Amino acid sequence: MSSHQISVTINGEEHTREVEARLLLVHFIREELDLTGTHIGCDTTSCGACTVLLNGVPAKSCTVFAVAADGAEVTTVEGLGNGGLHPVQQGFTEKHGLQCGFCTPGMMMTSKALLEENPDPSEEEIRWGISGNLCRCTGYVNIVRAVQRASELMKENSDG
Amino acid sequence: MIPPSFDYHAPDNLEEASRLLLANPEAKLLAGGHSLIPMMRFRLAEPAALVDLRKIPGLSGIREEGGSLCIGAMTRESELEKSDLVQSRYPLLADTTRVIADPVVRNLATVGGNVAHADPGNDHPAAMLAYRASFVACGPSGERTIAASDFFTGPFSTCLEAGEILTEIRIPASGAGSGGAYQKFERKVGDYAVAAVAVQLQLDGGQVAGAGVALTNVGLTAIQAGAAEAALVGSDGGDAALDAAAEAAAAAADPGDDHRGSADYKRAVVRVLTHRAAASALARAREAS
Repeated sequence: MSSHQISVTINGEEHTREVEARLLLVHFIREELDLTGTHIGCDTTSCGACTVLLNGVPAKSCTVFAVAADGAEVTTVEGLGNGGLHPVQQGFTEKHGLQCGFCTPGMMMTSKALLEENPDPSEEEIRWGISGNLCRCTGYVNIVRAVQRASELMKENSDG
Repeated sequence: MIPPSFDYHAPDNLEEASRLLLANPEAKLLAGGHSLIPMMRFRLAEPAALVDLRKIPGLSGIREEGGSLCIGAMTRESELEKSDLVQSRYPLLADTTRVIADPVVRNLATVGGNVAHADPGNDHPAAMLAYRASFVACGPSGERTIAASDFFTGPFSTCLEAGEILTEIRIPASGAGSGGAYQKFERKVGDYAVAAVAVQLQLDGGQVAGAGVALTNVGLTAIQAGAAEAALVGSDGGDAALDAAAEAAAAAADPGDDHRGSADYKRAVVRVLTHRAAASALARAREAS
């Protein structure tokens, strides 16, 4: 069993810790750094509740060793809004894109990356994009509306 | 669940990675980790050490060279999805990548990992068999090239020897009259296939001059369906040839009963999917003629 000193930049702030090799990134985020907005759902790489942006790309943080994220830039839901609400958060608020809220942080991280890559996605593209994030409450209808609303808000922001 | 303890190594060159594998017989390679880490959490794998490939340069990338499409083993599945070259000229590979796990998983999962993990439920092995792909492996005795048909020796088993590392996948370059398709039937996004079928065809003057047909998750490894290939070669790709290929593929399948369905059901799925994949491959090959 080996332990390693790692430095990970999370939401713009660098954190250096000594970690056991087997520590998963999601546990590093939640338990070492107390950033509990990132949720643990299925523990089997299925549900996407633990999705964070790893070097800008959505990744299931239950399936990454913290030691393998040494030197990486990570964004969690706490880093999404930057003071106010991010358009994705605004969209989920306005369109009631959640019921219990458990999947919401991961859903929003995936949606943010989706909209950055494809600012005006069709409904099918949204459903495709979030197909690695499971919601057991909403039936996805309002989540899709929330992402569509976020898309509008992002366009308004960039126009204004 | 927390994975079992292990020693972690992240060498920056292949020689060191190979040496670490040889020195630790219970070591495993870590690529994207999206098969290995879940297995470790369930204690289905308890490697004493992990050798992470992420710092080794030169293992990622997609390029056409020397008559092949060369894919670095550490290339992420999402890179195939975003590659214009793959999307425009390698439809079988494009189809396959789109149905591996889910979009978030594909951001980290690697092509080499999907191949070398050799899970009979993984999608790339059948596609590679249909393409007549070959794999480059580096090890203590240098580099060698292995035909896909020799590579998969059993569930989660390959012909890679101690200290050998898969570094590149080579697919024969797409040319005029070639086309392929992958048809997968899955219960939900992210699941392994109930059954899936890869078909790659080469047309010459309206006739099928070459055919690759291979099956996913209906046997102990991906299965190359030679009799289905023979039914297509020399034909004009008409319904009779497609029906014969579908029957032959169903006969080549060797599925078991499980929560995804009975063996009979899976054979029926193979029959239908082979027909669909062959029809789609034909249409694409004609378009590329």
